[in-house]
Amino acid sequence: MSTATAAHHHDDHPTGIMRWLTTTNHKDIGTMYLTFSLIMFLVGGSMILAVRAELFQPGLQLMQPEFFNQLIGVHALVMIFAALMPAATGFANWMLPLQLGAPDMALPRLNNWGFWLLPPAAILLTAPFILALFGIGDGAIATGWTFYTPLSVQGGIGVDFAIFAVHLLGISSVMGSINVLVTIFNMRAPGMTLMKMPLFAWGWMITAFLLIATIPVLAGAVTMLLTDRHFGTHFFDAAGGGDPILFQHLFWFFGHPEVYILLLPVWGLIPHILSAFSRKPTYGYKAQIYSFWAIGILSVVVWAHHFFTVGLPIPALLYFMYSTMAISLPLAVLFFCWIATMWKGSMTFETPMLFATGWIILFGIGGLTGLILADVAADAQYHHSYFVVAHFHYTLFAGGIMGIMAGVYYWLPKMTGHMYSETLGKLHFWLTAIAFNVTFIPQFFLGLAGMPRRIPDYALQFSEFNMISTIGAFTLGLSQLIMVYNIVRCVRGGKKAEAKVWEGAEGLEWTLPSPPPYHSFTEQPVIK
Amino acid sequence: MTTQTHEGHYFVPNPSIYPAILSTGILLLVAGFILSITPDRDQTLAYLATPGKGMMLAGFLAIIYVLFGWFGKIVGESEGGKYKKWEDRSFRIGMIVFIASEVAFFAAFFGALFYMRVISVPEIANFDPQFTPYKDFLGTWPSAGPGGTVLGTEYKVPQFTPMGAWGIPAINTLLLLTSGATVTWAHWGLLNSNRRQLIIGLMMTVALGIAFLFLQGYEYHHAYSELGLTLGSGAYGATFFMLTGFHGFHVTLGTIMLIVILARSMKGHFTADHHFGFEGVAWYWHFVDVVWLLLFVLVYWL
Repeated sequence: MSTATAAHHHDDHPTGIMRWLTTTNHKDIGTMYLTFSLIMFLVGGSMILAVRAELFQPGLQLMQPEFFNQLIGVHALVMIFAALMPAATGFANWMLPLQLGAPDMALPRLNNWGFWLLPPAAILLTAPFILALFGIGDGAIATGWTFYTPLSVQGGIGVDFAIFAVHLLGISSVMGSINVLVTIFNMRAPGMTLMKMPLFAWGWMITAFLLIATIPVLAGAVTMLLTDRHFGTHFFDAAGGGDPILFQHLFWFFGHPEVYILLLPVWGLIPHILSAFSRKPTYGYKAQIYSFWAIGILSVVVWAHHFFTVGLPIPALLYFMYSTMAISLPLAVLFFCWIATMWKGSMTFETPMLFATGWIILFGIGGLTGLILADVAADAQYHHSYFVVAHFHYTLFAGGIMGIMAGVYYWLPKMTGHMYSETLGKLHFWLTAIAFNVTFIPQFFLGLAGMPRRIPDYALQFSEFNMISTIGAFTLGLSQLIMVYNIVRCVRGGKKAEAKVWEGAEGLEWTLPSPPPYHSFTEQPVIK
Repeated sequence: MTTQTHEGHYFVPNPSIYPAILSTGILLLVAGFILSITPDRDQTLAYLATPGKGMMLAGFLAIIYVLFGWFGKIVGESEGGKYKKWEDRSFRIGMIVFIASEVAFFAAFFGALFYMRVISVPEIANFDPQFTPYKDFLGTWPSAGPGGTVLGTEYKVPQFTPMGAWGIPAINTLLLLTSGATVTWAHWGLLNSNRRQLIIGLMMTVALGIAFLFLQGYEYHHAYSELGLTLGSGAYGATFFMLTGFHGFHVTLGTIMLIVILARSMKGHFTADHHFGFEGVAWYWHFVDVVWLLLFVLVYWL
């Protein structure tokens, strides 16, 4: 990992582990975020492969239901908080100063702290697995990632660890958001008005606003959970006048915007790739920004569609159904802009473009299946089934992680100064895209046929689809090792990358050499 | 926000070990806390309490060390002239965003209060009379709930007297409002380069903050010992103590920050046109003040 900027030893910084512990450099911190994200992506992926292995056949073969529950919950928490969010923050750290023409992020020491809160959080999330081996407690959180009460009030030591892991991850996100917002508002090059800013910065700006508005609410919710568990309060207990559904409201007030927190950075970066490889300017720049705003604002007023079946009053159901469906309007604008950017362009399909175009289709499926779940009447049928699992993996794996992968291939030559192997990149894309569909298309049918999620055993009629899904999942998991190998190879050497790696790429980051100097723009460029 | 041109270079601090120590301290603190509260639910793990408390102490000391070191470094850099207008603007935007996140944190607890008072408590009282398990429950606020069995143990509805608004809380409102005025008066002193006014204003603000905390401590003691009002008093007790408790915690932090700013003022720090440290604390204090006004109206009064 250290070779990324190894060519610049003349810059004044400690070497070895101390460089990474103490760094205030946005590229070092970005590299740490991305590396951490990759490691946790593999950790979270291994957990779910164990789950898929258990689901390969009906009946219990490999693990007890309690352990199964722990794996699915920690898988989700790891993937969302420790893989996807840090990847987006890593790109923000690496690219925002380059794209905005800034010398560094605005608050470099805070930036370092934001990263170094993550490893302790990862330790807290996974420690209960280890402690259980020594007879302390009964393992990690077994409620799924949503902490639903009263199960989480009854749960063991794993819930307490997860509560504090979420607190640390939350502080990290808030620190990251403060840094992003300050950088965007205060560090842009002279002449770069907000309406000339790259879409990646715009996507991240809305993301940061959403984080600031919702992460503290999650912190409040899990704090109430903690006091209910240990200090005798009755927030989520009807005997004391509280209500378990209150937790669901608080959790999803955070949880739904969280979806857009994961997706907005990707929506920001994909247009750069589409435009570069279509050799055309981005279509509908302003329309995309307004859509970001519309989706950002709508996302905080639709939360209850995650628990339509819990017994909400009819007017509430109607309101949350229509407001949820309203999100598809600005999202349709975005889809139109993405397609129109490619329209009649002179397109080539290098790996980033393959990921970006595949992303549009797969994320589109995620969005459309979301409309079905937003329908109150239909949701009563599909709620808590594998249909939901397939839907949110189309949004979060295809829409989130595959978008991040597009960004990885797009910016890797800029970050390392070397070209990655195009052959391996393409192989990685095709294996990922195919294996992903093999994994999750069967899950739609399983859900439609009534297979509930979060259950380690199932009825015999679900066997074939589960087998196909498991085969797909293992192919998908193993294909990611190609990407890991490709990244490591690219960091260690390879064909030198030019300053402007991609012929059609626009933006300030391509005016600096690859890799960029240790301190980015010591003199700010002037934008006309 | 329009664009601006900048004079000179932006200050990028040298590598610093403080963030890593801070994170280690936090990890020790929270892991130790988890171990020390685990025995309440599982007596077989009682042996974890002692190492847990040890870890908490170690983590706490690490955090204190970092607070002194890191803020000391910032003060040194500020007084050393490293921060110009451009850096100053970063701190201002950063502080505004941070306070916004604090607003969202309190919103979660106000939201819980609203939900229980307006939705869950009345709903529990309005179940169909033929089927309700809570026959005699009226659902009037303040409420500690209808009672019942919680995780196998009987929860008997505690008898308590709710906290009145027009005793200590009203005095506390007056204290905090006055302290908002005194900190502004101190700011005027700073702007007019009147250091005497700055220091006296800050001293009065600190004194009012401490008086507030003292009265709140007394109020809590009164609630527990005479009113029968505890954290376990159902919906009312939980929201009352969590809201006022987190507010009190923020007043404590704000008072500590004010004391630091006071000490810096006495050492001659801050000038009329370069004093973000002062303003950041003043903003924080006003934020705490506004939260209190909401508390006074929504928790104590209505």
